[in-house]
Amino acid sequence: MSDKKPIIPPNGEGISNGTRRDFIKQTTVLTAVAMAPGTVVKAASDHIDEQIAAVFEKMPLKMEVNGKLQNLSVEPRSTLLDILREQLDLTGTKKGCDHGQCGACTVHVDGHRVNSCLTLGVMVNGKKITTIEGLAKGDELHPMQEAFLKHDGFQCGYCTPGQIMSAVACIREGHANSEGEIREYMSGNICRCGAYPNIVNAIQEVKAGGQTV
Amino acid sequence: MKQFQYIRPASQAAVLDAIAKSGSKIIAGGTNLVDLMKKGVMSPDKLVDINSLPLNTINTSPKGLHIGALVLNSVLSENSLVLDKHPLLSMALKAGASPQLRNMATVGGNMMQRTRCAYFYDTTMPCNKRTPGTGCGAMGGYNRMHAIFGSSPQCIAVHPSDMCVALAALGATVTIAGKKGERHIPFTEFHRLPGEHPEMDNHLATGEMILGVDIPDNNFAKNSYYLKVRDRQSYAFALVSVAAALDLRGGVIKEARLAMGGVAHKPWRLFDAEKFLAGKAPTEENFNKAAQLAMQSAKAYEYNAFKLKLAPATIAEALKHAGGLA
Ligand SMILES: Cc1cc2nc3c(=O)[nH]c(=O)nc-3n(C[C@H](O)[C@H](O)[C@H](O)COP(=O)(O)OP(=O)(O)OC[C@H]3O[C@@H](n4cnc5c(N)ncnc54)[C@H](O)[C@@H]3O)c2cc1C
Ligand code: FES
Ligand code: FES
Repeated sequence: MSDKKPIIPPNGEGISNGTRRDFIKQTTVLTAVAMAPGTVVKAASDHIDEQIAAVFEKMPLKMEVNGKLQNLSVEPRSTLLDILREQLDLTGTKKGCDHGQCGACTVHVDGHRVNSCLTLGVMVNGKKITTIEGLAKGDELHPMQEAFLKHDGFQCGYCTPGQIMSAVACIREGHANSEGEIREYMSGNICRCGAYPNIVNAIQEVKAGGQTV
Repeated sequence: MKQFQYIRPASQAAVLDAIAKSGSKIIAGGTNLVDLMKKGVMSPDKLVDINSLPLNTINTSPKGLHIGALVLNSVLSENSLVLDKHPLLSMALKAGASPQLRNMATVGGNMMQRTRCAYFYDTTMPCNKRTPGTGCGAMGGYNRMHAIFGSSPQCIAVHPSDMCVALAALGATVTIAGKKGERHIPFTEFHRLPGEHPEMDNHLATGEMILGVDIPDNNFAKNSYYLKVRDRQSYAFALVSVAAALDLRGGVIKEARLAMGGVAHKPWRLFDAEKFLAGKAPTEENFNKAAQLAMQSAKAYEYNAFKLKLAPATIAEALKHAGGLA
């Protein structure tokens, strides 16, 4: 198939389609194909030709976001964070580090808090996503949002959506029983403004209030 | 991030078919792989999502406690069987990453996570682990986080996992599947030292996958402790961590298990110290002696010499907690 040496990765055999992939990459075809509307990838298929084609294609993604069903078409490499912000215009969820190190991108997937920056969109197909936009009921703020306002749980506000999503999960998980426990279970959310004491107060108040969050 | 194909096979056989090609990579929680793909450190052609496989159970078996490769770190850390039989594992898991990340991270992915060495992460730097033959940037560089045990001239990176330190101490077994069938290896022999081939973190061959781990029953539950020392109190990798487990009977240590994290290319079992403690009384003096014994083969580099003091102090402290003296 090729007269060029295959690429040798550290742990094994070469990638047999290296030459063709390289060729395609080097041409401007790449952009043209990527911008054309993609057809559905036949996921189970394993043929090299299909693999090369599939590199340019988008995949269907069905998910419920804040109670609304979304039928999307996404690249496999798109993260849930980018899909929420760029395809669905839900810009409440923030991108801080994009590497799992700050928690600004925290959302709930099927009720569990995760870092949306490290979540591939295609991997949450069929799941229910809740973002900061999905917490309030109409004009009525979620108790945690109220508490953050009351206790000044923020300064610049950049980390706040992630903090609030995490705080809600922290109570639901049963990890808000003491200041120490809250601090430990909120450690995945960094606040550069250092609003931590007020954030802890807000969570303690909601916890003490005993409402379902 | 480079483009790739994504598939989610419904059976183990289909996964094994798909990962037979070296450009394919399994994805489980994605917390390590997606991070590395964004950095360009890893760039698979195809991601094989294994989340359709039935590998997320925790159950008792004749071999002890079986834990599937897809069990989430968060779920495992709060599981009642784990809390009851192996609280050490729960402590180690809770000391790792953040609640959000633990909600995504799986047992198999945790075992397979790559080093956090900054030279490995920076594609403009030399790194024998990332690109064999380019040299070790950390050796003469900023090596504060690096190994003090078992390193080689080719690599001084450490394995970053907390969970693995506990599993090494508890003498777990790993079940691996390949096209030729299943095989079982002791947890302590799963990860490897860098030697001449730091590009290989462990003994999993191309085309193989982890199915799960088994922890044999033991008498350590009442006297075990995981102590992790880091730059901040939470959400940071270990400078040094220690898993200590004692089987205490009638005021005598019948058996001791000790493993360290943050000090070697693999979870580092302290066999000499364990042997020393067997048959002894759980006293501070004995714990300090064991800690000194553990350090015999330690070797520091320019910026991590502090670990030569921190490590034995952490061992002794973890033993004191495990032994009820602290
Ligand atoms: C900011 C941050 C902080 C962190 N802090 C800590 C910490 O303090 N302590 C700690 O221990 N960890 C820490 N981690 C690492 C985290 O624990 C790992 O990223 C996680 O455990 C990986 O699991 P995963 O399922 O997400 O793996 P993935 O990212 O899906 O996969 C990782 C690797 O494992 C392979 N793999 C996955 N499952 C299998 C299988 N069944 N068989 C064969 N191969 C498989 C994949 O091919 C890939 O190469 C941290 C991570 C981040 C991002
Ligand atoms: S943006 Fe996801 S953790 Fe920082
Ligand atoms: S309020 Fe500014 S980062 Fe938290």
